[in-house]
Amino acid sequence: MSGTHAHTVAFVADGKLPDLPPPPGASGAIGWIRENLFSGPLNTILTLASIAVVALALPGVLDWALFKSVWNASSLSECRSIIAESFGEGQGGACWAVIRERFDQLLYGFYPAELRWRPNVAFVLLIVAIAPILFDNVRALAVGAAAIVALKALAGAAGVVDGGVGGLFGATTVVLAAAGALAWFFGGGAHRRYWLMFSAAFPVIAYFLLWGGLGLEPVASSRFGGFLLTMIIGVTGIAASLPLGILLALGRQSKLIFIHAICVGFIEFIRGVPLITLLFVASTLLNYFMPPGTNFDLILRVLIMVTLFASAYMAEVIRGGLAALPKGQYEAADAMGLTYAQSMRLIVLPQALKISIPGIVNTFIGLFKDTTLVAVIGLLDPLGLTNPIRADSNWNGIVWELYGFIAFCFFLFCFGMSRYSMHLEGRLRAGERR
Amino acid sequence: MTPTIIAGAVASAVALAASGAAAATLDDVKSRGNLQCGVSSGVAGFSYTEADGSWAGFDVAVCRAVAAAIFGDAQAAQFTPTTGKTRFTALASGEIDMLARNTTWTFSRDVDLKFEFVGVNYYDGQGFMVPKALGVTSALELDGATVCIQTGTTTELNLADYFRANNMSYDPVPIETNAEAQQKYLANACDVYTTDASGLAATRSTFEAPTDHIILPEIISKEPLGPLVRHGDPEWGDIVRWTFNAMVIAEELGVTSANVAELAAGPTDNPEVNRLLGTEGEYGAMLGLEKDWAVKVISQVGNYGEVFDRYIGESTPVGLARGLNALYTKGGILYAAPFR
Repeated sequence: MSGTHAHTVAFVADGKLPDLPPPPGASGAIGWIRENLFSGPLNTILTLASIAVVALALPGVLDWALFKSVWNASSLSECRSIIAESFGEGQGGACWAVIRERFDQLLYGFYPAELRWRPNVAFVLLIVAIAPILFDNVRALAVGAAAIVALKALAGAAGVVDGGVGGLFGATTVVLAAAGALAWFFGGGAHRRYWLMFSAAFPVIAYFLLWGGLGLEPVASSRFGGFLLTMIIGVTGIAASLPLGILLALGRQSKLIFIHAICVGFIEFIRGVPLITLLFVASTLLNYFMPPGTNFDLILRVLIMVTLFASAYMAEVIRGGLAALPKGQYEAADAMGLTYAQSMRLIVLPQALKISIPGIVNTFIGLFKDTTLVAVIGLLDPLGLTNPIRADSNWNGIVWELYGFIAFCFFLFCFGMSRYSMHLEGRLRAGERR
Repeated sequence: MTPTIIAGAVASAVALAASGAAAATLDDVKSRGNLQCGVSSGVAGFSYTEADGSWAGFDVAVCRAVAAAIFGDAQAAQFTPTTGKTRFTALASGEIDMLARNTTWTFSRDVDLKFEFVGVNYYDGQGFMVPKALGVTSALELDGATVCIQTGTTTELNLADYFRANNMSYDPVPIETNAEAQQKYLANACDVYTTDASGLAATRSTFEAPTDHIILPEIISKEPLGPLVRHGDPEWGDIVRWTFNAMVIAEELGVTSANVAELAAGPTDNPEVNRLLGTEGEYGAMLGLEKDWAVKVISQVGNYGEVFDRYIGESTPVGLARGLNALYTKGGILYAAPFR
């Protein structure tokens, strides 16, 4: 065969030639840059413009935030004089000393200093309670706990913190170590049921830890503030609004006219009213309508309002998921002879919630940020605390550092939530990837 | 229901709540073990938080003084931060026992809102701040100036009145908050910033170069700021009023936190000092307080002048001169009824 054309053709390949490498500049780093940054005139202009903006802004920002910043000072004027002394007159630098001095206040508000281990323990337990809900396997918790304990030990050994090693190992570390050990030995999927039981019990535990009772010294609501308050309102709102929202969404679909009307009325009313109005109702109007001398805790009132507000939005998000589900799924569940509760629990909701994840997390993030609105009714969340801090004559005139720090903390939480939601979407899409 | 009826219903609910909560405030406070005091959530020098989380400031000191008078312990005051919107409902509903939150004493607040202003702890008034470089020394030279002014406040109306009365024109730059005003003013978006004189001083104290700016001598409005209680319990009002008066009288008589213990040790030659410090007469009992209540107030909080100097006086960054707030014997209008 190969000889057939031997006389007429000069060369016949008798196998596949090896692939040539792509031309230089089409692969590797250069290729990526050409492909993604300079693929056309418009893209090139945009890239150059972006680089110019970054190059213009970044040195100034870094200079301000890091290189010319002051961490140790007791007042803004001291900061300014230190900056003028070390970097020359007229230089601007960040005065992070205010964060250093007011860090505890921004975290705990006016919570008594000697009892601050209780919010700390509550926070550790919160993570322990959330982990089994978010992940099948909680072993990672052990690694995290070990890392933190090790860091503390290192910091103590290095003498970074006043009070030596002893001051670093309080109740929080003990609880952290215990949780880590439990997670390591019983963190597998087989024991998830018990972890979830703890999650269900967590709100009660947290209540007694934070407000006192059962032998713990009581702490008045007026002493709560800072990120502690943000976490209380945010976490409660998030945890309570999801189940309420599911119920409302299902109620809105109900064929029972009474339930349907109540759910529609509630959702539309709440969505038609700004959150800040509801907060004013909670803080001022309710005072007038309750009998004199009633002590209805302000934080509790705010929690109820925030939860109701978020649940109405949640209901609409979940309704979207329910509507996106093909009708055949509902009919198939009915054809299987499942009861309403069974068909919802086993067929409809798992699929509908999966579709709604981005919307649900969106609502969570919005709610978490909305907690700063409570500053308007005189609750001192981190944003509310900036006022009395800036009114202190030592720190009067400081703006960027405080707001920047608070923004950074909020970003961490919100970014975390958003990344988790993407992770969850990826995990739940496993079925569709086949 | 017509709007009038609704308004009436709300008003009567308010009155009910107010009267119910107001009876025998002193007993409530004593049995609770602390004084609930409404303060501002942050005005430089007047109320702010220390690093350890405790409240301090010129308004806060009034609360501490009342707590010292009742409990003998200035730390027995608990503070509720209030905003401009929540302050009056908090007081009317009984959430707080008294309000000391740079609140201007006006007719409608006193009469219509059913509160009782027990005194004036700071006589304020609207003033003007200009950069020194402008070369202006009097507000009457401000014709044609651009003025940074907070919208929706009485300062806006006062400004319009003042310029019209003096046949001058101005260009308003509307702003929302003090922080915004500060930035606009420093960026030369306006020539003049106007608000309460104490606010101007506090704002100026935060500038990098405070001495480059001057506060003009003209004060164009009356803003008497004082502590208040709700209607319905005059005995409680008396306690707050006379605690404040005691601080003023102490300054008049030269009683300070440094010498009060010595003066209270036994009767002195001055009968008014003796009456104030409880070494003569039974004035404490008339208020339902201990005999040495004023001693506790002065030793733990100080007299009016000491408190003024500590938080907002000329040695502090806020740097306010006594001005109108000096004793009547020293050119001011601070004048407490006699202690007898």
